[in-house]
Order: sequence, then C-alpha cells, then structure tokens
Amino acid sequence: MENAKRGKVVSYNKWGYIFLIPFVVVYAVFQLIPLVSTFYNSLFENYRSGLMQVGPNFIGLKNYVTLFTNGDLLIYFKNTMIMWVLGFVPQITVSLLLGAWFSDPSLRLKFQRFFKTVIYMPNLIMASAFSMLFFTLFSDSGPINSILISGGLLTVPFKFMSNIWSVRGLVAFMNFVMWFGNTTILLMAGMMGIDPSLYEAAQVDGATASQIFFRITLPLLRPILLYVVITSLIGGLQMFDVPQILTNGTGNPVRSSMTLIMYLNKHLYSKNFGLGGALSVLLFIVTGILSLIVFRINTRTER
Amino acid sequence: MNTTVKKKSKGLPIGARRAIAYAVLILVSFLCIVWFYILFINATRSKGELTRGFTPIPSTHLIENLRDGVFHGTLPFVRGMLNSLFIASCSAVLCTYFSTMTAYAIHVYNFKFKKFISAFILAVMMIPTQVTALGFLQLVGKMKLENNFIPLIIPSIAAPVTYFYMKQYMESTLPLSLIEAARIDGSGEFRTFNTITIPLMRPAIAVQAIFTFVSSWNNYFTPALILHKDKMKTLPILIAQLRSADFLKFNMGHVYAAIAFSIFPVIVVYLILSKFIVGGTTLGGVKG
Amino acid sequence: MKKRTLSLILATALVAGSLMGCGGSSAASTSAASSEPAAEPAVEAQAEAEPSSVLNIYCWNEEFKTRVKDHYPGYEEVDATHGKIGDVEVAWNITPNENNAYQNNLDETLLGMENAEQNDRIDMFLIEADYALKYIGTDYAMPIADLGITEEDLANQYGYTKDVVTDGNGALKGISWQGCPGVMIYNREAAKEVFGSDAPEDIQAKFADWDAFVASAAELKAAGYQAVSSVNDTFRVYSNNVTSPWVVDGKINIDANIDKWVDDSKALVDAGYAGTHDLWSDDWSKGFYPEGKVFAYFGPAWLIDFCMAADTEGSIANAGGWAATEGPQGFNWGGTWICAAAGTDNADLIADIMKALCCNEEIMIDIVKQDNDFVNNKPAMEAMAADTSYGDAVLGGQNALAMFCAGADKIVMDQITTYDQGCNEEFQKAMRDYFEGKLDKDAAIAAFYKAVVEKYPELTY
Repeated sequence: MENAKRGKVVSYNKWGYIFLIPFVVVYAVFQLIPLVSTFYNSLFENYRSGLMQVGPNFIGLKNYVTLFTNGDLLIYFKNTMIMWVLGFVPQITVSLLLGAWFSDPSLRLKFQRFFKTVIYMPNLIMASAFSMLFFTLFSDSGPINSILISGGLLTVPFKFMSNIWSVRGLVAFMNFVMWFGNTTILLMAGMMGIDPSLYEAAQVDGATASQIFFRITLPLLRPILLYVVITSLIGGLQMFDVPQILTNGTGNPVRSSMTLIMYLNKHLYSKNFGLGGALSVLLFIVTGILSLIVFRINTRTER
Repeated sequence: MNTTVKKKSKGLPIGARRAIAYAVLILVSFLCIVWFYILFINATRSKGELTRGFTPIPSTHLIENLRDGVFHGTLPFVRGMLNSLFIASCSAVLCTYFSTMTAYAIHVYNFKFKKFISAFILAVMMIPTQVTALGFLQLVGKMKLENNFIPLIIPSIAAPVTYFYMKQYMESTLPLSLIEAARIDGSGEFRTFNTITIPLMRPAIAVQAIFTFVSSWNNYFTPALILHKDKMKTLPILIAQLRSADFLKFNMGHVYAAIAFSIFPVIVVYLILSKFIVGGTTLGGVKG
Repeated sequence: MKKRTLSLILATALVAGSLMGCGGSSAASTSAASSEPAAEPAVEAQAEAEPSSVLNIYCWNEEFKTRVKDHYPGYEEVDATHGKIGDVEVAWNITPNENNAYQNNLDETLLGMENAEQNDRIDMFLIEADYALKYIGTDYAMPIADLGITEEDLANQYGYTKDVVTDGNGALKGISWQGCPGVMIYNREAAKEVFGSDAPEDIQAKFADWDAFVASAAELKAAGYQAVSSVNDTFRVYSNNVTSPWVVDGKINIDANIDKWVDDSKALVDAGYAGTHDLWSDDWSKGFYPEGKVFAYFGPAWLIDFCMAADTEGSIANAGGWAATEGPQGFNWGGTWICAAAGTDNADLIADIMKALCCNEEIMIDIVKQDNDFVNNKPAMEAMAADTSYGDAVLGGQNALAMFCAGADKIVMDQITTYDQGCNEEFQKAMRDYFEGKLDKDAAIAAFYKAVVEKYPELTY
C-alpha cells in the first residue's frame, strides 16, 4: 500500500504547486508588499500636515530612535499586557471548567446544545458596539451606578471611566466575555480527542473529578492549551476597538489603557507613515518572536 | 462508554457537581445573552427615554427608531447591509475554499518546497493586520482600489489561521486512500478536490465560514481606511458615523436600532451554521 | 453536484456585486472613472461649455441642508441626501465629524480632484472656525470675489465672520450665514430656588465675573446644584478670550487665559461645583432634565435650540425653563462657513446660494424667525432684538437677541491657527487627568504637548 501510493503521488505532485498558487499570489501582493513597504517607509520622514505633504525625506533610523527615546512604547506594551492578562485568566479558567463539564460523561448535562450555542454569541456583537454599550452602562449617571446607589452599596456614583483599574478591568471583562466561547470551543475539541478509556480507567480506580481533570485532562491538553495561550496573547497585542471606543480614543486616565495599536492609530491621524511604520515594524518583531514560539510548539506536537 | 460505574470517591457527590455546573452555566449564559437584551430594549426607546436612564422594560419606539435612523435617515443602511453581506459572504466563501485548497496542497502532495511553505505559513500566521495597514493602504491607493470591495475580499484568500485549522482537520478526516481511489476512477486532481474533498470538509468549512463571516462583518479598521463613499460603506462604518453624528439630530435610539439591525443577520447566519460548531468540534480537534 | 452548488454561490455573489456596482448613480463608480483616462479630456471640454449637472456639497451634518431646503427658493428635496435646483442635481455628502472622518474624507476628495470625474468633484464644502485656516490657506478654496460677491454684499456681516476665512493675502475665501456668540444659559427654576429670582439682570449680577461665578457656585452647591455640568463648558469662554495663538513659530503656546481656565477649573472641580465629563456625553447632558441638577450651560443660539432636548417631553427646554444672560465673559462657539471649491463649474449657482442665505436680509430674517438661528446680518439682528413680539420658546419666551448682538460685536477671532482643533481637543482631554487628581499640572501639560505632536509632527514644545 505505502509503496503503491508513493509511486502514484509523485506524478501528481505538480498539482501541489498549482493548488498553492492562489494563496501565494494573494499573500505576496496583499501582505508581503505592504510589509516590505511598511518597513521601507519607516526609514523616512513622511506625513501630512493639513493638506500639505511633508516628505518623504530619508532619515535612517531616526523614527525608531524617537519611539524609543520618548519611552512611551514600553508603557503601552505594559498596558496592553496587563489588560490581556486580566481578561485571559478568567477566560481560560472558565473555558477549562466548561470544557471539562461538557466533555465529562458522568455529569450528563442537559441543554448542552443551548449552552454551547450561547457561549459564542457575544463574539457576534461588534466590539465597538459592545464597548459603546459599556460606556453607557458604566457612565457616572448610568444604570450600574444607579443600581449600586439604590442598593445602598454606594452613596456617590463611582467614576468608572476616571479610574485606572476600573477602565482596565472593564476592557478585560469585555474581552473575557467576547472570547471565552471561542476558547471553550477550541478546548472542547482537544478534550474530546482524549481517549475515553483513560477516564474510565481512572474512574474505576476511584479518582475524583478534580483528580481526573488535573492528572489526565490538563497534561494531555497541554499542546492545545499552549496554542490557545499564544494565539490569545497575539490577539491581545492587537487589542484596539474595545479600549478605543470605551475611552474615546484617549486611553485615559493618564493613557493607562492606551494599547499599542491605539498608539499606532494616533499616527494615522496625520498619515504619519514614517513613525507609524517604525511602530509597525517593532510590533512585527514582537509578534514574530511569539509566532516562532507557536511554530516550535506545533512542529513538536505534530511529530 | 459506561456511565453506570459506581462512584466511591471522596469528591463532591455527582448531584452537587451537577448543580454547580448548572448554576455556573446559567450565570455564563446570562452574561452572554444580557447584552442582546439591553441592545434590543434600547432600540425600542426614544432619545428622551434613553437619556433618562435604563429600564428593563421595552418601550414603544422601535418602529420609529428603525424608520428614522435606519431606513429613512441620511445614512444608507440598507445599502450598507447589502455591502456588508456581499463582502462578508464573498470573504467567507473565498477564504474557506482557498484555505482548504492550500491545506489540500500541503496535505496530499509531496513536493520540494512543501516543508518550507508550511513552515512559512505558520511563521506568518500571527502578523496582525494593523501592522501592515499602512503599507496596505498605500498599495491600495497605488492600485486605485480605494472605494472598492476588492481589497476587502481578495486578501481573505490567504488566511493562514484558516489554513491551519483546515490542515488539522484534514489530517483526521481525509485519508489519502480516498483520493487514490478517485484517481483510479479517472478523476482529475481539481475535480477530486471539488467533488470529494470539499464535501468531506463541510463541517470544518462551516465553522471557519462562521468565523470569517463574523470577523469580516464586524471589521471596522480596514474598511474605514478604504471606503469613503457613502454608497460603498459597510455597517460598522455607518454605525460609527451615526453614533458620532450630528448633535443637532443625535439620537441614541437610532444608534441602538442600527446596531440591532446589523446584528440580526449575523445571528441568523450563526444559528444556521452553529450545529457545526456544536457538533463538529470533535473532528476538527487536535489529537493529543 | 457540490461543485455546481459552490459555483452557483460564487456566480450569485458576483452578479450581486456587479448589480450593486451598477445600481447606484454615476457617482458610485470611481474605479470605472479612473480606469478610463482617455475619456477625461472629453468630459472636461464639455464641462467648460455648460455647468455640470451635479452640485456636490460636502458637510458634516444636516444644518446647512435644512437651511437650503427651507430658505433657498427653488430647492426641491428628492430624498435624504439628494435635491434639485432647476435641472441641477444637488448631492449632499454628509460625513460626521467623529474621528476626524469629515476632514479625512474631504481631504482625500480635494487631493484627488484632478483625477475625479466631473460629476464627482466637490463644488461646495463647509468648514468650522477651529480648522478653517487648514483650507483657507490653500488653493482648494476659491476667493469669493471670484464668484462675483462684492464688499457691498457683505457690508452687513459681522467682522469676525470675515476674519476667520481671510487668507494670508487678504482674500476672503468663505462666507457664513450665522453668527455664534455665546451666552450663559441657566435654569430658571434653580435660579428662583437659590437666588430668589430668575430675571436675567439679577442672575447676571451674580455671575458678572469669574470671582462672582465661584461665589455663586458655592450657593448653588449648598442647594444641591452644580454650577455647570462640566468644566469643559467654560473652556470656550476662556479660549475665545486669548491674546496669543496656540502655535507661535512652530512652537506650541499656552495662553495665559487658557492657563487661568486650568486653575479656575481645578478649583471648581475640587470644590464639587462642576464635573469633568466630555461635552456631548450622557453625563454632560443629564442637566438638560430637572433631575440632572445643573444650573447653567454656556452656548450659542444653536445649542439652545437644537441640542438641549427641546423636543423631548420632560426636559427643561421642552417646558421653556431656561433663560439667557451674558455671563462672565462673551465668547464664540462654532459657526459654519461655506466655501466654494476651486475648479467648480457651478460657480453661478454657488454664488446665488451664498448671496441668498448670507446676504439677503429677507431670507435671513426668515431663518431667525423659523429656526431661531442667529444670522450674520447686523442691522437685521439689531432690529429683531428690539422686536418685543419675538421670543424663544426654549428660553420661556425671552428675546435674548440683544445679548447675542452685544456678544457678536465683541467677538475677536484674530488668534486662530491651523492647529486649533487638535489643540483644543487634546488640551481638554489632558487636563481632565489633572482635574481628577491623576496627574499634577505639569505632567498633564506634558501629556498635552505629546498628544499634539502626535497629531501635528511638525510642532515643537
């Protein structure tokens, strides 16, 4: 069998190239060219002031120097990571819990279809619409404050939008609600791939549900768990809509919820291809490093 | 699977665990659905009612809000919905079809650069769109493709994440012997792909079609950079405009009505395809 | 079978796409236009012979459209974004200001004018004082003298409305039908409750200058009222009374009066006399209703009539519960100027619209009576101010025009720069952190500099 297959396939192999053409062409045109030109632009002074174009003038690495010397980059990176962690910890916890329950045959949960359908639904709402809703709900005279006051928990409205940690918390919470369904779906896929006989054996041996979870499910889930962590981390680096709308583009208070992409967006105001390009290249390097890690993990688990 | 195994463990009894599970699930489901409810309630309320605080009871202005904000306002929402539908559908179709094709090339054939290509795709999988946005914008300008749907649709052909999912799925469901059999029957390679592979991949295609459709439908960043003409704009851009609009006529009731209007089709598409998400995940899973 | 289904889907999608491409009017097809450069000269030659059939107007809201519709003789509405004047089709390109979308769109269209098809070209566009110079300083705006509008036509206009749109060479490149002097708009009920009178002269005495303002704010607080909804309400009052511009020789400059706003506002916030909300937010506008407990807003005629929820049951404006007084200082807020785009082929029609709405006294008085706008015609406004039969329902029938007239005379707009919009916005955003105690004043000002340089990379500080 093996031999016969190999013999035949060889003559068909040119089709491998043919089937790759659409991907390669489109990728080269719409991703590679922009990537290269972004890098090229980052070496120039090139922006628009009013209706006047300034540049492009070649200035070498000066844009990078500007980005590093004003020191904000690290702060925005930190903000992005803080909000990602705040959202990701509950996200992965809840997803693991739900995944374990859904795939646990002894629980025999009813309405699984309903629950599984519902958890992905927040992802259907536009991120901008979602954060607009939150902005209204949590405004000083909004419904959340009036509930808290009428419930006797507060005497004066809590200024959610003027407090560093409440803004970050809200951003994280929104990301959590929007994405845990997606994560659950991915984890469930991994959990259902685990050989059921392992569970049965454990149950016969008298293991508790939590023992099964920590001793069997979690270790076997490691590859997909890592995949989820890293894709979510990279998704986190791209965080934009939610904090942008919630803080009206300012990232305030004190730019404590300004993310890297929001910062990039600021440079789009003046069509600043130079500084914006440099920022993009730095982002590319960071995500590149992270991609390399994903790649490593994937090749290791495949073989 | 034998579920009648006697439990003699020291853990929580099954009844209690089930109760906890239901409690958490109900809470989580509430967290997922309540936003839709609030959006809907707000869409039924007038501008004045909205400024005076939230109530959980629907009001009577839904028709009025839809009429003035969505159907007869200055912004072409019906057109926007058609634009969005067109872009999102095309993206979903092209993305899933060609990602499957790419995955097929890597999965089925052996050729010289196979290793390199599959490594390359994985390596570039994670580059955020915003990183190349500036270059992309310039390119689109040079190609004179501003105010055109092409730069929003065609790039979805090269979707590394979808490709990756398709490839994982193929490894578990597409035996090479099947393709071999088709060849013996005299089927051409392209035909085999279309008539044998695509039908087999349906659950995976459905899952990825939802993901692609939803993310294209909700995408604001790229379309906002490319589409400037009212007639070409997609729903997220129109909503952003309506939201900011005109303090002379600013009406949050209209905004909520527009959001409700734009969420509706995605919910329908999702509910139609969701059986694949719920049922199809096992197969697409990564095997431990 | 499956293949057929898929190709059917693809085909349907493509057909749908091409239908959408063709369904719209000629204005929809830029790509088609730009791919046929050969056809260009022909179109242009034709254009010189006779005016094009489409008048493209770029604006950010419906205000001007409403004015044209209600007051320009011969305008017929077709639908929400189209109209007709004679056999010329009027196309309204309305892009809201959010995220600078209006200007981005306008800029791209202006910059792409050479390649645009005749019927896609901008004929008229509207601008605001905050960024007027950005366009006035370029050749994209046409001197209105070239349209045949004379000094004489403009004799009755307020001087500052001309200063805003005069370029470096002294050419007037825009025109406005309105003046936007601002007043202090206060809640009559609250005035009676706290100060025992709602008569404008009594209230004016309590708010004659900023010291009096603070003293009265304390009385209001004792009664549970905020003096103003947000400190951003008073920003325009200070920023319109500056003696130096935002940018001097490429360097960002903070005027002494702006600095005074910061200190005064900090004191107001610390004492609990005012909030820190952004303008137009829900929290800001809660004072439009009695239970919002806000004493006053600062604003011009358009704020009173269009923005204070007059059409909503239960609002103060709906019950005619506001009154106007000069307040501590006069100021200007907003205003819309009409520009003719260079290269327009509908110059005569544009000139006629401008003359009708901005120079024709009869039409302008109509605008005041019908829309309560404050028009850019000094004698007409002064006559109306003396007319006791005129009154604004939102202000409980008060005729506040005399105040507006006095204010309009005093407005000076000689310190404007191209950068005003960005500076005003970023300054208020940055200072909020200071008012709320998140940053000290110096750090907040540093944050302001940083934000401005992000928007205007050529500036220094």
